[in-house]
Amino acid sequence: MVASSSSLKLQDLIQEIREAKTQAQEREVIQKECAHIRASFRDGDPLHRHRQLAKLLYVHMLGYPAHFGQMECLKLIASPRFTDKRVGYLGAMLLLDERQDAHLLITNSIKNDLSQGIQAVQGLALCTLSATGSAEMCRDLATEVEKLLLQPSAYVRKKAVLTAVHMIRKVPELSNIFLPPCAQLLHEHHHGVLLGTITLITELCERSPAALKHFRKMVPQLVHILRTLVTTGYSTEHSISGVSDPFLQVQILRLLRILGRNHEESSETMNDLLAQVATNTDTSRNAGNAVLFETVLTIMDIRSAAGLRVLAVNILGRFLLNNDRNIRYVALTSLLRLVQSDHSAVQRHRPTVVECLREPDGSLSRRALELSLALVNSSNVRAMTQELQGFLESCPPDLQADCASGILLAAERFAPTKRWHIDTTLRVLMTAGTHVRDDAVANLTQLIGGAQELHAYSVRRLYSALAEDISQQPLVQVAAWCIGEYGDLLLEGSCEETEPLQVEEEEVLALLERVLQSHMSLPATRGYALTALMKLSTRLHGDNNRIRQVVSVYGSCLDVELQQRAVEYNTLFRKYDHMRAAILEKIPLVERGGSQADEEAKESKETAQLSEAAPVPTEPQASKLLDLLDLLDGPSGDAQHPPPLDPTPGGALIHLLNLPCAPPPPAPIPNLKVFEREGLQLNLSFVRPPGTPTLLLITVTATNTSGGDVTHFICQAAVPKSFQLQLQAPSGDTVPAQGGLPTTQLLRILNPKKAPLRLKLRLTYNHFGQSVQEIFEVNNLPVETWQ
Amino acid sequence: MIKFFLMVNKQGQTRLSKYYEHVEINKRTLLETEVIKSCLSRSSEQCSFIEYKDFKLIYRQYAALFIVVGVNDTENEMAIYEFIHNFVEVLDDYFSRVHNVFNVMLITL
Repeated sequence: MVASSSSLKLQDLIQEIREAKTQAQEREVIQKECAHIRASFRDGDPLHRHRQLAKLLYVHMLGYPAHFGQMECLKLIASPRFTDKRVGYLGAMLLLDERQDAHLLITNSIKNDLSQGIQAVQGLALCTLSATGSAEMCRDLATEVEKLLLQPSAYVRKKAVLTAVHMIRKVPELSNIFLPPCAQLLHEHHHGVLLGTITLITELCERSPAALKHFRKMVPQLVHILRTLVTTGYSTEHSISGVSDPFLQVQILRLLRILGRNHEESSETMNDLLAQVATNTDTSRNAGNAVLFETVLTIMDIRSAAGLRVLAVNILGRFLLNNDRNIRYVALTSLLRLVQSDHSAVQRHRPTVVECLREPDGSLSRRALELSLALVNSSNVRAMTQELQGFLESCPPDLQADCASGILLAAERFAPTKRWHIDTTLRVLMTAGTHVRDDAVANLTQLIGGAQELHAYSVRRLYSALAEDISQQPLVQVAAWCIGEYGDLLLEGSCEETEPLQVEEEEVLALLERVLQSHMSLPATRGYALTALMKLSTRLHGDNNRIRQVVSVYGSCLDVELQQRAVEYNTLFRKYDHMRAAILEKIPLVERGGSQADEEAKESKETAQLSEAAPVPTEPQASKLLDLLDLLDGPSGDAQHPPPLDPTPGGALIHLLNLPCAPPPPAPIPNLKVFEREGLQLNLSFVRPPGTPTLLLITVTATNTSGGDVTHFICQAAVPKSFQLQLQAPSGDTVPAQGGLPTTQLLRILNPKKAPLRLKLRLTYNHFGQSVQEIFEVNNLPVETWQ
Repeated sequence: MIKFFLMVNKQGQTRLSKYYEHVEINKRTLLETEVIKSCLSRSSEQCSFIEYKDFKLIYRQYAALFIVVGVNDTENEMAIYEFIHNFVEVLDDYFSRVHNVFNVMLITL
C-alpha cells in the first residue's frame, strides 16, 4: 500500500479528489493521502519527495493543513536538481511566510542560488525573495540582488528589479543601494524591465525626498520614453486595443506626476508631452481612456499651464457624456477634486452633472450629488435647488439625509429672497422631514420670526401643509409654532401671496387637537401643539371653552412634560386670567444662536413666577383633579402623579432662571416729567434696547395725587415724518385718585435716520367733572434718546 | 497599491485569493463574503467600481466568474480594469484547455 501511494502522481490525486461525490468522501481521500505523505517524509525518500510535496501543496490550496511539509521545502531547495528546487521554492512561497520559524533558514540557500549563474534557478530564488522576503533577509541579500540588476539576461534583470521593489517597501533604508543602477536601467528596451524600473523609481521617490531630487534630473529622459511610446506605430507585442503598452504609459505618467508636483521646472518640461498624449490617444476603448484619465490626474497635480488645465477639465467633461458608466464615475470623482481649485471651469459642465443625478446607479448618483452641492452658487441657486429637490423626492433613503442638509445649507448661504428661503425649507421638510438635522426646526422658526412681512404667508402655507399630513415631525413642530404665534393672521382673511383660504377657528383648533392625539407625534411635537393652543386662546375671538377642556384633559397625561405644561396653563386660566394676554404675547425676535433655549427660558420664567406664587394652590387643584379622576373612573395609577408634580415645578423651573436671557442693560436714560396739572402728572421713561440701535421705547406713566379720579384718559402722540411711531394699548383709561395704580402706555419709536427727536403729546380726560384737552410739545428730550 | 486579488464564482465560493497585505485568516473569510455580496448584488447597468470601507473594489464578470481586485486610492481604476482583462487573456493563452470558456467571455466584452 505504501508503495502504490508513493507512486501516485499529482494528476491521479486530483482525479481522485474530483471524483469524490461528497465533502466527507473528499476529506477521507485527502486524509489517507496525507498520512502517506507524512510517512514518506519520515522515511526520507529523496527521489519522490518533490512529488509528495506537490500533492501536499494541492491539498493546501483546497484549505487543509499542510504545516508538516515545511522542513521538506528546505530540503528540496537545497537539493541540486531543478525539479526539486522548483517545487521547493513554490512550497516555500506558499507555506513559509514570515511568521514561521523555518523562514530564515532559506536565506543561505537563496544566497547560494543567486550567485550560481543559472538563469532559471536565479529566477526562482528572486521570485521567492520578492514574495516572502522578511526585513532581515532583505538586508542580507540586498547587495546580491543589486549585482543581478545589471546582468545581461533580461529575464533575470526583470525579476531582480521586482525583488528590489519589494526590498524597498520592506526596508526603505536600502534605497542608497538601489539608486545608482536606476539611471542605466532607464535605457532599457525590454518593456518588462522598464516597467519594473519605473515602479522602482516611483517607490524610491515616494519614500525619500533626496531620491526625489535626484530623479528630477531624469524628467527629460522619461518624457522621451513616453513620447516614443505614443508616437511609434502599432507593435503587436505591446499593443492592447490599439494603444501601445498602456500599463507602461500609465506608470510613466504617474511617476511624472510625483516628480512634477510643486516643481516649476519639471512641470514645464512635461507640458508639451501631456498635451500630445491627451490629444493623440484613441478613446474608443477602455485602454485609451485609462491613459487619458491618468494624464488628466497628472495635469491636475503638477504646476501646469492654464490652457492645459482647461484641456483637462474639458476631457473630464467629455467623459461625463460617455455612455460607459465606469468612465462617468471616474470623471465625477476627479471633478469633485477639481471643484475647489478650478471652480469656473467645472461650472461649465454643470448641466451634465445634474443629468447624472438621475442615474439609477447608487455610486454614481452619490458622486453627482456631492458635486452638485459643491457647484451651487448665488447665480444658479434657484435652478439647482429645483433639480436637487426633484432628486430628493426619488432618491434612496441613505442619500436623503445628505441631500436634505445640503439643500438647506445651500438655501441658507445663497437665498435670494426670504420668501424663497421659507418656501424651499418648507418643501424639504414636506418631502424628507424625517431625515433633516435637528436644528432645521429652530432655523426655520427663527427665519419666519424674522420675516415680519411674511408672517401671514408662512402661516397659511404651513396650515395647508399641516392639514394634509401630520406625520412629518419637524414640519408639524414648525407649523404648530406658527399657528400659535400668528393664528390671528391666519383667520384674518386674504393674503395677496397665496390663494384665499377661508379658515374657521374651529378647524384650527380641531387640527391642533388631532396633532395632540395622533400616535405619530413625538412628545416634543405634542408640547409644541399644546403651547400653540394656549397662545390661540388670546389670539382667537371665540370663547375658550374648547381650549380649556383640552388643556385640563392633558393635566393628567402620563408624559411628565405635557402634564406639567397643562397644569400650568390650567392655572393661567383659573387664577391669573388677567395676566394671560401679557404672558402669551408674540415672542420678540431672539438673536441667532441663543434662539430656542432663550425663548423657552423666557416663557418658563414667566410661568415660573406664576407657580412660585402658587405652590400651595396646586395642591388643592391637584386634589380637585383627583376628585375629577375618581368621578371619571380613571386608573388609580394617576393618583401617583399629581403629588410628585408639586415639588418639581418650582425647583425645575428655578434653575432655568439661571440661564442668561438678556445682556445687561446699558446705562439708563433719566426719566422726564413732561406734564403736571391739578395733581395729574405725566412722566416719560426711556429705554434703548441694545440689539436695535434705531429703536426707542418710551413708557408714559400717568399718576394722580389729587382727590378725584381721572377718567376717560386718552394720550396720543405725534412725531416728525422721518420717524415711525407705534402706540400700544394703555393699561387702563382711569387714573385712580390719591396715588392709586398709575396708568402706563408704551410708545415705540423707530428712528432710522438718527434725526433729533421731537415729540408732541395730546391728552384728553375728565377730571373733577370737567373734560380737559391738552396739546404740548415735549422739549428738553435727553440726547441719548436719538443719538 | 493592490491590496488583494480574488476570483469568486456566482455561488459565492472563492476560487483564488491572493493578499498582498497581511490579513488574519478569519478576517479574510469575512472580507470575502462581504465583497462577494456587494459585487453579486449589482446589475449590469451599474459601474464596476465600488467603495468598500477604505478600499476601492474593481470587479469584472466573466460568465459565472467574478474577478475582484481591491486597491487603495492611489490607483488608476481604469488601468486596473484593463489589467484584469489582461490577466484573463494571459490565462487563456497559457492554459489552452480553457480556451472555449474564455472565448465566450471575450466575445461578450
